[in-house]
Amino acid sequence: MKSLLSLIALAAALGGGVAQAQYTDGIIKIGVMNDMSGTYKDLSGQGSVIAARMAAEDFGAADKGMKVEIVGADHQNKPDVGSNIVRTWIDTDQVDVIVDVPTSSVALAVNEIVRDKNKVFLVSGAAASDLTGPQCTPNTIHWTYDTWALANGTGKAIVKTGGDTWFFLTANYAFGLALERDTAAVVVKNGGKVLGQVRHPFPATDFSSFLLQAQASKAKVIGLANAGADTINSIKQAAEFGIVQGGQSLAGLLVFITDVKALGLQTAQGLVLTEAWYWDQNDTNREFAKKFAEQNNGVYPSMVHAGVYSAVTHYLKAVEALKSDADGKAVVAKMKEMPTNDKLFGQGTVRADGRKIHPMYLFEVKKPAESKGPWDLYKLRATIPADEAFRPLSEGGCPLVNKS
Amino acid sequence: MLELLGISPQALFGQLLIGLINGSFYALLSLGLAVIFGMLNIINFTHGAQYMLGAFAAYFLLQYAGLGYWWALVLAPVLVGITGVIIERLFLQWLYKLDHLYGLLLTFGLALIIEGTFRNFFGSSGLPYSVPSQLTGGQNLGFMFLPNYRGWVVVFSLVVCLTTWFVIERTKLGAYLRAATENPTLVRAFGINVPRMITLTYGFGVALAALAGVMAAPIYSVSPQMGSNLIIVVFAVVVIGGMGSIMGAIVTGFGLGVIEGLTKVFFPEASNTVIFIVMAIVLLIRPAGLFGRTT
Repeated sequence: MKSLLSLIALAAALGGGVAQAQYTDGIIKIGVMNDMSGTYKDLSGQGSVIAARMAAEDFGAADKGMKVEIVGADHQNKPDVGSNIVRTWIDTDQVDVIVDVPTSSVALAVNEIVRDKNKVFLVSGAAASDLTGPQCTPNTIHWTYDTWALANGTGKAIVKTGGDTWFFLTANYAFGLALERDTAAVVVKNGGKVLGQVRHPFPATDFSSFLLQAQASKAKVIGLANAGADTINSIKQAAEFGIVQGGQSLAGLLVFITDVKALGLQTAQGLVLTEAWYWDQNDTNREFAKKFAEQNNGVYPSMVHAGVYSAVTHYLKAVEALKSDADGKAVVAKMKEMPTNDKLFGQGTVRADGRKIHPMYLFEVKKPAESKGPWDLYKLRATIPADEAFRPLSEGGCPLVNKS
Repeated sequence: MLELLGISPQALFGQLLIGLINGSFYALLSLGLAVIFGMLNIINFTHGAQYMLGAFAAYFLLQYAGLGYWWALVLAPVLVGITGVIIERLFLQWLYKLDHLYGLLLTFGLALIIEGTFRNFFGSSGLPYSVPSQLTGGQNLGFMFLPNYRGWVVVFSLVVCLTTWFVIERTKLGAYLRAATENPTLVRAFGINVPRMITLTYGFGVALAALAGVMAAPIYSVSPQMGSNLIIVVFAVVVIGGMGSIMGAIVTGFGLGVIEGLTKVFFPEASNTVIFIVMAIVLLIRPAGLFGRTT
């Protein structure tokens, strides 16, 4: 009798509660990993952690009863360091989603680990288009931009305005090589020629020798297939060696607003670049930028930061709808199913290969006289509509895409 | 013949000149290191951070005091040299009688602290510092366009290096210094203030690093990690040249800059490592370095 009573009591207790959301150890833990101390610190760094926090706050996680915790780590641009951090995060610290990860070599390594452990990987910082191509997985979404979109934006625009011979100055690792490959393809497709390339160690401080080789090639355009401090130094040293006066032009294939700020408008004016988001495009962006800058030492958000905000927002929506964060594949499938809608990127979608789709923008750096504020750096040259901005689904080589 | 190697003579001369320019930074920095090690037996790992402090001092002098490059060339080494003197008086003087390793650990820790502090406040994209107006523009040498500033770097470094060598090896002051290193007690007995000489020597070595930093500021942006990128290479240069040899440091600095420049032409991917390959080879053949004396 007693055992029957206790059995009934137990059943009542278990069955009586409302359906509870089953989050792994009750917390949705977001791990923001990027370069916090080196070449890519300013375009990602601590700012991405701030952006993730702002996303969680704006989502109202606390009011909805969801406990969200955000942790950050520095991968120092090294794949082995990044891999170790991610493994420890997932195995020991119950982290559910990895966000940001600039430096494509690290991102590609993390991509594999997250798939094996069935968590979620939202890439904002890294560029290599392989993440939605041969290396695509059902656990990864490539959010903000990629090398194909940059090549398609900047590369195509420059070739169409007469820059038909190119020489590449490439950072010798996954990202630089991917960017060089994608841009070279665009150049050739639009009738141009690639005269040569030189691959510099990553990271490097002195580009004089490589720039000299670029000068000797007599190419009309010197494509800078590098990023962050490498691009800044390449542009500065190119100015020193009279490359632009000599008639060649520089194509910054991946330039962030933080780079333009470091260069100064005097040096950077006229530079044509492609970005996914700019703070001065509308009032919502401006308001976000102001709030972000207050927490980030006055430094305005880059597109990478905006991408982190957007990705975390959509992730939280998906997890809320599923009421669980345990199964990475299921969460990503939900994120692909739900159309995206956040205050920074507006409406968009996530494709089957994990590519987030939104318009890209071709900007030109203002002349010093045209700028009315310390961060008023860009003017809009063109908008590339969302359906043209990214590599067509069929051309990627992603195994997840059904071949019809 | 050179065309067979895929490069024209003009391009090659251009690369050699670039290599010489980079070599002058290596020479200046390794000179400071060699002076400090040769005279004080301290392995000064803070050298890279002091180079960075020199560049930042130049930046601050411009930003907050309106003093340009030429002032910075004189003031920044003095200011950073004074911090070097403070470090020596506070920390290093207790370590002279101990194993070299203690000096290395102390200076390494100081380097980490200094760089970390600056990185915390100044980010990594680098702060701009413009080339002084008298040195802008360049000369078209036919085989390449040489920016005036880079030409100045080579000439000025050569002058500073040779002057330092002359002072240490050929003047009375240098003789006192060398004597004090070999036998401090005896030299003290002659009434020469040895501890003060040692302190000033450390300050001088640090000032040399800061001078290199000021000269680097216009061409390599002023950033907290500029020192750590360079210091390992400079140590390799000093080891190849011979740890205590002044002339060795100068010659090796310029020479390795040229070798690195040539590598960037023929095999750019290896340009980061070629100096270490040379170091490994030299140590196998001549363990004391090219100009070193086996003690």
